Amino acid sequence: MIKPLQAIARLGHHALASMSRIGLATRFFLATLLRSGVAFRRFNLTIRETYFAGVLSLIIILVSGLFVGMVLGLQGYETLQTYGSESALGVLVALSLVRELGPVVAALLFASRAGSAITAEIGLMKATEQLAAMEMMAVDPIARVVAPRFWAGVISMPLLAALFSAMGIFGGYLVGVVLIGVDEGSFWSQMQAQVDFQEDILNGVIKSVVFGVAVTAIALFEGYDAPPTAEGVSRATTRTVVTSSLAILALDFVLTAFMFRGVG
Amino acid sequence: MSKTWLDLWVGLFVVAGIGALLFLALKVGSMSSVRMADSYQVSAHFDNIGGLKVRAPVKSAGVVVGRVSAISFDDKTYEAEVVLSLDKRYAFPKDTSAAILTSGLLGEQYVGLEAGADSVKLANGDRLSLTQSAVVLENLIGQFLFSKAQEGAPNETAQ
Amino acid sequence: MDNLVEIKNVTFGYGARPVLKGINLTARRGQVVAIMGSSGCGKTTLLRLIGGQIKPNSGSVRVAGQEVSELDTDGLYLLRRKMGMLFQFGALFTDMSVFDNIAFQLREHTQLPEELIRDLVLMKLHAVGLRGAAHLMPSELSGGMARRVALARSIALEPMLVMYDEPFAGLDPISLGVVGNLIRRLTDTLGLTSIVVTHDVQESLKIVDYVYFISAGAIEAEGTAEEMRASGLPFVHQFVHGEPDGPVPFHYPARPYAEDLRLEQ
Repeated sequence: MIKPLQAIARLGHHALASMSRIGLATRFFLATLLRSGVAFRRFNLTIRETYFAGVLSLIIILVSGLFVGMVLGLQGYETLQTYGSESALGVLVALSLVRELGPVVAALLFASRAGSAITAEIGLMKATEQLAAMEMMAVDPIARVVAPRFWAGVISMPLLAALFSAMGIFGGYLVGVVLIGVDEGSFWSQMQAQVDFQEDILNGVIKSVVFGVAVTAIALFEGYDAPPTAEGVSRATTRTVVTSSLAILALDFVLTAFMFRGVG
Repeated sequence: MSKTWLDLWVGLFVVAGIGALLFLALKVGSMSSVRMADSYQVSAHFDNIGGLKVRAPVKSAGVVVGRVSAISFDDKTYEAEVVLSLDKRYAFPKDTSAAILTSGLLGEQYVGLEAGADSVKLANGDRLSLTQSAVVLENLIGQFLFSKAQEGAPNETAQ
Repeated sequence: MDNLVEIKNVTFGYGARPVLKGINLTARRGQVVAIMGSSGCGKTTLLRLIGGQIKPNSGSVRVAGQEVSELDTDGLYLLRRKMGMLFQFGALFTDMSVFDNIAFQLREHTQLPEELIRDLVLMKLHAVGLRGAAHLMPSELSGGMARRVALARSIALEPMLVMYDEPFAGLDPISLGVVGNLIRRLTDTLGLTSIVVTHDVQESLKIVDYVYFISAGAIEAEGTAEEMRASGLPFVHQFVHGEPDGPVPFHYPARPYAEDLRLEQ
């Protein structure tokens, strides 16, 4: 065959392969939703997974949140003082965190901390035939293994994002008010005047729920779909982090465009 | 990890997360748009609103008493129509005037209310008739230059 | 109904590659049946057909009189509750203790009180001699112990049929003997039917009632353990005595050696 034709054929092959993967992922996602009964009827299964997804991600979320907030305080102060409006520091820190950085950075950290762990765990369970064994014991692995992890991720993500934002605002307060000496009253009052519950905070929470669904679903699918070998599992783990990070950023753009277009 | 410890940790995590959400809602943000039910709406027409935006504060004597809830253009009078949501706790006389002011030289714009002397109070749906438009810096400079030029013109002829 | 498992004229292939070409096989109640053959000849595929994880391209697989491929999900799950399966490396749930592994099915499928479950689990563990290991995690077990725990788990619901996928793979001689004896003893005492897929001839010939030899997706020979030991068929002889060359050639099909090395010219 002629070279360009070959290239087009390869392109076609890749396109078909990725389309069928997307179809597979969608079916997997729908099956997870449909068979979620067990995750709620036996809620202790979901609680257990919330420990692994949420509680074990706490340290990295809290520490990162603190540092991000401190950097925001420092940089924000440098910029704002040029215009003589240091009193707006609180607004700057709070709005950046609540609208964007909180949900997005917390989700990125969640993807690399909890998402990769979920993929590796499910992939290994598949490679060591634990999922097949479960199926042979007449227990549906999607209902028993996948769905509780999914809901644990969806529950954990907004809580982690809120903790990240709160910690970040505390970090900004620490640097701005305690260290640099911005007036404490104007820090908080300007923040309260400018940050709206519905427009900013609620939309931030909605974002983080969407990110939680995306990251957990991607991590679970990659694990379930991983080739049952050591190499396959490690590749799937990498793919989870890459795919979910891209998904977070793309979804963030779409959501921001919808949510904040009318405001400002 | 025993089951009790696990439950305890998850419980703490959920409590902390909800606490953070409450902190964001109460301490960081204002619940203004949630408490819209406890407010009444009045409208005001302005020749020019300058850079006024929806959700800008409405202040009287420097105290925030409400927010701008909508801005639209009236194509009959060619004026801007601004709807203000005022807190139910504060009642204003019917002849209250509204002005678009700026906090600081370059700060955000807000609506200032100057209370009148009428004994009848404003009610939901009323319209403020006395308004003062925003000061647009370009117009101000234009006016200044124009008056300077006018000042200069007679002098020139005198010489 | 004497035959618990009846497989008739089953063919199966992954895509275009045929794996099974017209297999006939029966397992009678109370028997230990071995399916032997070299690696990659379709033995495990046969177990997956019986368990309903895959469907045959043609032919019929009947377990306890039910056509497995015609069952819907609920029917299949109901049938699987009466089947146990021992996977190649045990496939124990790594996030649960030995006790919880064996209690898994009891907790999933029954409403038994925790007290009763505890007693049942300890009885199963006692049967495989590991009552003292109940609190251990699977990562703390040796290969032989893990296999015995998996065996206890596969009989947790008192099934009528237990399938073993390479139960002897990777075990030391002592564990090998222990697992072999357990398979025989549990089959006899619990009234099970056992299907053992293996390539460990010496160990399995000691415990089985009937043997099927599979080669390249077809049954090459069948008979009792004694008949197989005495068999004159070249394939069986090679397999039973572990000869490196014979009907199953040492060399993968290739061009003549000399030609490949370009020695002719």
